[in-house]
Amino acid sequence: MNEQEKPDRTRRRLIVATSVVGGATSLGAAVPFVASMWPSERARAAGAPVEVDLSRIGPGELAVIEWRGKPVWVIRRTKEMLASLKAVEGRLSDPASKASEQPKYAENEYRSAKPELMVMEGVCTHLGCSPQLKGAEAKAEMGGDWAGGFYCPCHGSKFDFAGRVFRGAPAPVNLRVPPYEFVSDSTLIIGESEEKKGA
Amino acid sequence: MASRLEALWGWFDARMPSLAEQWRIHASEYYAPKNFNFWYFFGSLALLVLVIQIVSGIFLTMNYKPDASLAFGSVEYIMRDVPGGWVLRYIHSTGASAFFIVVYLHMFRGLLYGSYKQPRELVWIFGVLIYLTLMGEAFFGYLLPWGQMSYWGAQVIVNLFGTVPFIGPDLALWIRGDYVVSDATLNRFFALHVIAFPLVLLGLVVAHLLALHDVGSNNPDGIEIKKLKGPDGHPLDGIPFHPYYTVKDIMGAVVFLAIFCFVMFFVPEVSGYFLEYNNFIPADPLKTPQHIAPVWYFTPYYSILRAVPPLFHSQFPGVLAMGIATLILFFLPWLDRSPVKSIRYRGTLYKSALAGFVLVFLVLGYLGTEPTTVWGQFGFDAFFLDTKDVATWVARLGTVLYFLFFILMPWYTARDAVKPVPERVTV
Amino acid sequence: MRRMLCILLFAPLGVLGSEAGYRLDRSPHDTRDLVSLQSGARTFVNYCLGCHGAQYMRYRSLSEIGLSEAQIRDNLMFTADKLGEPMKVGFSVKEGKQWFGVAPPDLSVVARSRGADWLYTYLRTFYRDSKSTTGWNNALFPQVAMPHSLWELQGPRTTTIESTFAETDPKTGKVTGHAKTTLVLDENGFRTEQTEKLQEGKDYHAGIEVTFSWPSGAKRAAAEYDATVRDLVNFLVYVGEPAAVNRKAIGIVVLFVLGVLFVFAYLLKKEFWKDVH
Repeated sequence: MNEQEKPDRTRRRLIVATSVVGGATSLGAAVPFVASMWPSERARAAGAPVEVDLSRIGPGELAVIEWRGKPVWVIRRTKEMLASLKAVEGRLSDPASKASEQPKYAENEYRSAKPELMVMEGVCTHLGCSPQLKGAEAKAEMGGDWAGGFYCPCHGSKFDFAGRVFRGAPAPVNLRVPPYEFVSDSTLIIGESEEKKGA
Repeated sequence: MASRLEALWGWFDARMPSLAEQWRIHASEYYAPKNFNFWYFFGSLALLVLVIQIVSGIFLTMNYKPDASLAFGSVEYIMRDVPGGWVLRYIHSTGASAFFIVVYLHMFRGLLYGSYKQPRELVWIFGVLIYLTLMGEAFFGYLLPWGQMSYWGAQVIVNLFGTVPFIGPDLALWIRGDYVVSDATLNRFFALHVIAFPLVLLGLVVAHLLALHDVGSNNPDGIEIKKLKGPDGHPLDGIPFHPYYTVKDIMGAVVFLAIFCFVMFFVPEVSGYFLEYNNFIPADPLKTPQHIAPVWYFTPYYSILRAVPPLFHSQFPGVLAMGIATLILFFLPWLDRSPVKSIRYRGTLYKSALAGFVLVFLVLGYLGTEPTTVWGQFGFDAFFLDTKDVATWVARLGTVLYFLFFILMPWYTARDAVKPVPERVTV
Repeated sequence: MRRMLCILLFAPLGVLGSEAGYRLDRSPHDTRDLVSLQSGARTFVNYCLGCHGAQYMRYRSLSEIGLSEAQIRDNLMFTADKLGEPMKVGFSVKEGKQWFGVAPPDLSVVARSRGADWLYTYLRTFYRDSKSTTGWNNALFPQVAMPHSLWELQGPRTTTIESTFAETDPKTGKVTGHAKTTLVLDENGFRTEQTEKLQEGKDYHAGIEVTFSWPSGAKRAAAEYDATVRDLVNFLVYVGEPAAVNRKAIGIVVLFVLGVLFVFAYLLKKEFWKDVH
């Protein structure tokens, strides 16, 4: 009985060993195939950071910049707009922006690195439509207590001048804030350069 | 856990034809002759290369653009901007040539051991159909990089169809979808290369294997192993394909992959034979390259095409000769009148004929890669010399010898001496 | 037999160089020399990119030859704003054809179609020719439409072209003798031509021989120019296939792994085949 078992054990060991080495080789062979589906250099170049000239944005004005195929809003907020942020706090779903996505330097009462310049993605967090700017004077259509902000025409979500969503809206979280950097008083860069990320 | 799996399998098995039965028929109880040698690796290798080409092809198609203005750029995009893209491209280009090397060696095994003879004529016929389909697949695929060779090679070959009497010009127009090879041609060749012909190939390969397994494999001695069965009902000289030939073919596959990877990682161009230099120039319909040659695996037939002189200002006789040179392969089972299958038991006539055929094939193949002036001109003049190129006359001789191999086969195989064939295989 | 195979395998290469029958010089480049590649990148951007593009090469990829993003941006980017952009030329193909007669070809894969030896020889065999449209001619590529963009780096030299040919009787077509035409083009391309009949009885090969002579003291300049061209060709070879160095390195690992796998596969086969007699 022992004699018969010996070759069987050798056989089994060799099958296991060959399978392990063969499996590892196959995994290695799969690497270029799987890797090829990650964004190519062309996609990464197209998704590179965008420079914005802030000198052309006057007080109260909104500029729409395309970054990675999405509209990014840059608003130069007036004193009234900034004041409205405090005023509407009671009517917001998430005034402290605990559930939404924003970089560390945007986790403050203004949701931005500089109070007067708000940068956020103009993409409704409900189903992706682009909301419209509705100033404080649009009380007739937005209601008497409207202090100004954004209104999404698709399903009625409302956001304030810091992109925070009002209660009662279908949108679940505040508008997303992308990474950005002020390289000077007149130049803003939306997106993070890979050099910085260490990539 | 094990019983759960068993229950799941039982549920599946009760609703599908028995997979276990198929495994027995085609693997664990498919009794193959135990004397398979080196020449018997190439069938499984051909299947391996087919899989490699399909998988690499799928991933290439994710990034390739079949548009005349974008195609060349998309290949360079794959080579540079797609992570690991250059690996995919080289796998596919090396695989294309590897496919033909393996298939030619696989077919040669058939010639050595009479694998096409009764009762395996249908296996051979499906095989020749696979060979022809493979040539079409390679031809369509070669246009896709849209280089100078791609473009002009396609232009020349499609024009050949234009030489067919009466219907020629319309046939060429219909194939191209335009007055010259253009974006329309590229798009349809893409569809044929990526979907139509691979499906046909897969179907033919299945048919090829089913026909083979039905009658059983031949072997280097040409003996029918099913004639002598043991008390268990299995051929005395047979061993189950699994595990013996699965394990042997895995070993063969590893050696093949090592050679494949050596070429792919160190010499992917193979001096311009696997990736032609001229094809790194984008296609230019206004500039014909000095020297148009098909890829190496088509060159023997290209030689035959060029060797036949025009008749009534038409190149059609050459086209016909080239066509017959491929189609004549179908008739091999009936041309060979020898009572024995394997070359081991044949006489000098067949051995010399086969050796000569191989030499002719190689010489014709080499001449097809070169312009007709490669071996210079004859020094003298004569009334029958329509051309003085030495290479053309050698190619003409080669063409005649090529056809004689087949045409005279019924005579020399019947006349040839035969050695007595043993009862049992020689290992 | 092996020699036959080698000849058979390498014969097609002969087609590439033999346009004018001019023998190609071997390009002495080394694709692992990063400094050479960087120098070649500088030469390419400053002297070639004005007319020729390398549209499949992105500026960002130059970091692979040891250049930092700042170095690329400050020294090499004239026609692009972002690092991720391709090295395109500043005009379209149509405009190129209009302005130059033939659009200067994109050079992304020229090293793969022409070959490094051809490029190395081509860039060193330009000569002044007062009779050509551009004022320049090339021994490897006669009547080329491209002027000698690197002329400032090469410096002036004299060219001598000797053509040996057979003279035939126009009536009978038979060879009556051999003659040699010597054409001298000075540093400004002005020609002096002279034909002489060659002595009978000797064996003559019809052909063209081109020689260049430098003014005295220019030997060092010639060597420096050769080094510049070598670096430029090196860069073009790199641009032709940026993955080449990677490819070979990975290949070594792959072959090693397959070697190990073969050992196991072989032992497995031997083990099972013990059963078969």
